[in-house]
Amino acid sequence: MNVTRRAFTEDFTIYRASELKPRLLAAIGEGERIELDLAGVERMDSAGCQLLILAKREASAAGKTLAIVAHSPAVQSLIEFYNLAAWFGDPLVVSAE
Amino acid sequence: MDELKQVFLQESNEQLDALETLLLELENRPDDETTLNGIFRAAHTIKGAAGMVECAAVESFAHVVENVLDRLRNHEIAVTTKLAALMLGCTDHLRVLVANEAGVAQVTIEWIEGQSARLLTELGEYGPGGQVFATPKASESGVERIPSNRSGHNCWHISVRFGPDVLRQGMDPENFLRFLETLGNIQHMETLADVMPPAAEMDPELCYLGFEISLESSVDKQAIEDIFAFVRDECRLSILPPNSKVADYIELIESLPEDSLRLGEILVRVGALTADELAEGLRSQAVPAGAEPPETLQIGEILVAQQVVQPELVAAAVAKQAQVSEKKAQDAKLIRVPADKLDHLINLVGELVIAGAATSLLAHTRRDGELIESSSLLTRLVEEIRDASLQLRTVQIGETFNRFHRLVRDACKDLGKEVELVIGGGETELDKSIVEKIGDPLMHLVRNSLDHGIESPAVREAAGKDPRGTLTLNACHDAGNIVIEVADDGAGLNRDKILAKAIERGLVEPEAHLSDREVFDLIFAPGLSTADQVTNLSGRGVGMDVVRRNLQALRGTITVDSSAGHGTRLTLRLPLTLAIIDGFLVVSGNRSYVIPLDAVVECIERPASEHNRNYFNLRGQVLPSVCLRESFGLPGERPARESVVVVQYAGQRAGIVVDRLAGELQAVIKPLGAIFRHIQGIGGSTILGSGEVALILDISALIKISGQAEQRLIARPELRNA
Repeated sequence: MNVTRRAFTEDFTIYRASELKPRLLAAIGEGERIELDLAGVERMDSAGCQLLILAKREASAAGKTLAIVAHSPAVQSLIEFYNLAAWFGDPLVVSAE
Repeated sequence: MDELKQVFLQESNEQLDALETLLLELENRPDDETTLNGIFRAAHTIKGAAGMVECAAVESFAHVVENVLDRLRNHEIAVTTKLAALMLGCTDHLRVLVANEAGVAQVTIEWIEGQSARLLTELGEYGPGGQVFATPKASESGVERIPSNRSGHNCWHISVRFGPDVLRQGMDPENFLRFLETLGNIQHMETLADVMPPAAEMDPELCYLGFEISLESSVDKQAIEDIFAFVRDECRLSILPPNSKVADYIELIESLPEDSLRLGEILVRVGALTADELAEGLRSQAVPAGAEPPETLQIGEILVAQQVVQPELVAAAVAKQAQVSEKKAQDAKLIRVPADKLDHLINLVGELVIAGAATSLLAHTRRDGELIESSSLLTRLVEEIRDASLQLRTVQIGETFNRFHRLVRDACKDLGKEVELVIGGGETELDKSIVEKIGDPLMHLVRNSLDHGIESPAVREAAGKDPRGTLTLNACHDAGNIVIEVADDGAGLNRDKILAKAIERGLVEPEAHLSDREVFDLIFAPGLSTADQVTNLSGRGVGMDVVRRNLQALRGTITVDSSAGHGTRLTLRLPLTLAIIDGFLVVSGNRSYVIPLDAVVECIERPASEHNRNYFNLRGQVLPSVCLRESFGLPGERPARESVVVVQYAGQRAGIVVDRLAGELQAVIKPLGAIFRHIQGIGGSTILGSGEVALILDISALIKISGQAEQRLIARPELRNA
């Protein structure tokens, strides 16, 4: 299977949202399975989270799979807070606390 | 202490007083809704005020108390004696917490924390579902509850769709929702992005997010709404209170942009509805409603129709508004004024009285008719201003009396006695400064009565009395004084025992013959206690002498009457005010003296036949008399005609022999310096219109002196003509 892996290190925030949207959509177009590595994302806000939702939705609509293979603490924290972990369906590291 | 804290301290104490009174009332009438609501409101106000000054300790404790009160109000738990006692304990503790916050507490932090923990554990028994409230951590505000198993029905349901522009405006939904967590426990949250358009149209800077949240919290709707205040106009917010009807949820579903079925599922997932309720609800909604268009709707109804508020909330809001406007009206009637401003005003009025008197005197010397007329009008107005400004400082004594309800109740519990407190004359007014100083002496007297005066129910029954004792607090005005009585129907003072104790302590000679009153007066001697057992209430032999000393400092007196088996009555007499009196000016040996006008009964000419005696004949009644000329050793010859001013004090009459009567005046009392404190018969001084200083006579002391002089003469008649 054609796997595309993309690593992002910039902030997933409203300031970068316009720039991130085309890159994410482009990534979806490149393979059957898209793996996002977000380990280097220091900050994420609702706009960033929204983009991930969009990406996941677009990928599913195109019959592809989008997976977040690595979460930074910021990403994980927000996804958990919004109770979207199950919806994304990606394995998350359960913190010890 | 900053100003805000000061106001907080004062207001909290007022609310705590109200809370205590209401709690005591509740014990007698456990079903009274008004009382319950009042209690809840008081606790709520304290919590709110504590929040305002960021006083976490008070706020969190009050919060727990409020939770229990809320359950009480909703009839989830019943009023019991134990609960009432616990609530009173909590009130006391809140008082300590408030005092601690204001930096005036007299206890250690450890003690407070221990007490908090103890009370919270006890309160826990009354928490929802018998749940125990966790002890709040010292630094944290708010109280943590141990999460119960999902109690969805107990949760607020919050449905919010953020407006598209919020992100651009720098407001992130996350912040609002995180803040929501501070109000309570988010049981469940569903994030919705259904309104997000296809990728091509999606603008990454617009917000397409919506949330369905189930929040477990005891806050009110306003608090939740406040969180969204910044985005209120931007977002679509519906808040359903706990236990909302299924129909309300169905309406919510229909009002939202997402697909009804999907939303229904979400609500089921969030825990707001069960699947069956949802199915049933949606079915019934499918039936078309009547086609009658609504006519003019009240704003409340419109809001309800638009899902902004719930009908029951509208009713609550209306009631709350009425309450608020009522409180505002009440507030408007009262103005808080610092006491020193009032004191300054009274001082000025005092000076005005003196200046007015000078003008009036001048007018009379000039014999200018018009000036006399205008100055007499001025005098009348000044008098009114004087009375009105003195009134500003007066308060009713009832408030002081009512505090004793609690004392009596607690003491009865401790001592195993039954005592009813009867209060009379609570509307009697007196100077605030006196009220403040009289609280402690009164408390001593009430405690004494409870502890030693009133017997235990068994003893009372054996003596043929009602097992329930009565303690009476009464106040009234009498001749420019206020009279306060503390009376009980207990065993009365034991004359022999007091006498024996006094002899044992060497206070009186064993062979002395004392009247009942003299014996009873011994209870005011330092170190005398007739109690066989020292209790934590009283009996240590300190107290009565302190009581008397405190009263004397206020120019007051205390007398005791008692009859064995029937009870004891303590009578306190205090001057109404400490500042200005109406006086009667007399002259002796060219010096002016002022007699308080309230004490003057009449003036007569002194018959020549009675010149050398210390008594005189008033229409057949023999009264002791005191000659100012002799008492004060004034120089000069006796005038041919002397006058007697008949005065009355505490039911006793006496005559004061003076050279000349000079009429009425208003006297601004200037206290005498410390050097003159021990001079008997002089109460103070005042400045006359002429600038001359006049001494104000202390009538009670003069009467005492004249009585003693007469007794000495009776004992040794040979002195009379010496």
